[in-house]
Amino acid sequence: MQVPKVVEIKRIEEESPTVKTFIFDWKVDSEKPGQFMMVWNFEDEKPMSLSLIDNVKNEIGISIRSVGVFTEQIHKLQIGDKLGLRGPYGRGFDISGIKVLAVGGGIGMAPIVAYSEEASKMGVEVHIVSAASTMDELLFSDRIKRSGAKLLTCTDDGTHGYCGYGTDLAEKALSEENYDMVVSCGPEIMMEKLFNMVEKYEISSQFSLERYMKCGLGLCGQCCVDDQGWRVCVEGPVFWQDELRMITEFGKYKRDSSGQKHKI
Amino acid sequence: MLAAGILGSTASSLNWAGRSGAGAVVTKSFGLNPNKGYANPTTVEVTGGVINAIGLSNPGVENFKTELEKLNKSVPAIASLYGANPEEFSEIATRVEDLVDALELNVSCPHAMGGCGSAIGQDPELTREIVQSVKKSVKIPVFVKLTPNVTDIVEIARSAEDVGADALTMINSLGPGMRIDIETGNPILNNKFGGLSGPAVKPIAIRCIYEVYDSVDIPIIGVGGIRNYEDVIEFLYAGASCIQIGTSIMYEGMDIFGKILTGLERFMDDKGYGSVNGMVGIAHK
Repeated sequence: MQVPKVVEIKRIEEESPTVKTFIFDWKVDSEKPGQFMMVWNFEDEKPMSLSLIDNVKNEIGISIRSVGVFTEQIHKLQIGDKLGLRGPYGRGFDISGIKVLAVGGGIGMAPIVAYSEEASKMGVEVHIVSAASTMDELLFSDRIKRSGAKLLTCTDDGTHGYCGYGTDLAEKALSEENYDMVVSCGPEIMMEKLFNMVEKYEISSQFSLERYMKCGLGLCGQCCVDDQGWRVCVEGPVFWQDELRMITEFGKYKRDSSGQKHKI
Repeated sequence: MLAAGILGSTASSLNWAGRSGAGAVVTKSFGLNPNKGYANPTTVEVTGGVINAIGLSNPGVENFKTELEKLNKSVPAIASLYGANPEEFSEIATRVEDLVDALELNVSCPHAMGGCGSAIGQDPELTREIVQSVKKSVKIPVFVKLTPNVTDIVEIARSAEDVGADALTMINSLGPGMRIDIETGNPILNNKFGGLSGPAVKPIAIRCIYEVYDSVDIPIIGVGGIRNYEDVIEFLYAGASCIQIGTSIMYEGMDIFGKILTGLERFMDDKGYGSVNGMVGIAHK
């Protein structure tokens, strides 16, 4: 039954000045990195990627950047407070490949850290490009190192790691190493640049897209992308590059809650 | 056909339904101006379907025209319109007439704001005025989608037929209904109430169609909880000439159109039906 399950916040991790991870007891079954939950704060409901999937402790986590009314309200919550969760929804990352480059920008690192832990556990060699505006906003660095993945950081202001864009650092990595898979989540401008790069290097790749969502059940059509009409909540949010070639709006525009288009 | 309000807010998703075997597609309802609809949660599952209060979100007729222009026309397209009064309906109808094959007037949404939706379809006189006004404004066929939330659906059906409706679509979602979270006591839908759709409403749709079939001469398009070809046969027997599919896409995905066609063809072969027409209204003996 696709109904929010109300759960208590078990732990809260302060990841950065603007990002918190909320952890819940949850019977982990088929949850995969790249899938998302619909999060209900009893006022509104929005899709959020799983940033933690622990099938030993049976915990899941979602990481939220405080950017607006909904996320600010959630940031005020304490341990023991409640949220409604339904899901997991959508298609997550396929964990395959021998040596993978994972590129995350900003809060897009949320599914990437979950991917890093799961893929490393399965014996995949993972290199992560973690991009943030500044050092304090670099996310999940400890968890990534613990997972055994190699961490490459970059910041817009050069306060940590490479000074510049994640795509520049990714290009450098792609030219130096032999990857057989690239996965990514982050601002669409970044992912579009990375997509074009990966096309040039002819490497398999998967990208996680974000669109305005309402039902999460594949019915309302709010998150359908041009020209194929695929639903980001069901066929996505992770798309392979051969699918992405057919998503003509990728990197160009997205629709708001009324369906009006906005430039990316 | 793909029912109104399910996907259908972009040309891409309508074309996809056409590729998947829908014989025609109905757009999501749109109005004169952009409308964000209600805040989330807008949809929640219940036993036998979902309740939803999307709130007629749409980008407005002018933006929606750019979607209609991108329809690949592999199957007929029907524009679902909503408005508050005859003038508004006619205005929208005129603006999209050249881009679609028919119109479906949504006078039956149970969670609409500002005097739209079922506020109209529960009033035979208002329904009459709106259908009449749209019929005078356009040349393409005009279908009227009826709400089951009335005392006498036959009366509303007749008033639509009297002023020239070309077909009736029956039924829109039922209720509204409600679902409350038992942990916190919060109504789950932001709008508290939402229209019920899915297999749970099917018996009511069948009864409405059965009642109206005897009283009107125009075709009936059946919709409400259809999930498999057996359901389709029931609708045909009750008096529907064709059917629409909506909520069950949640259970079956877009393959539902193809699956139903295959099942229906096999059934017709077994029973010796040469065409769907021979099956319409069989329950009326």
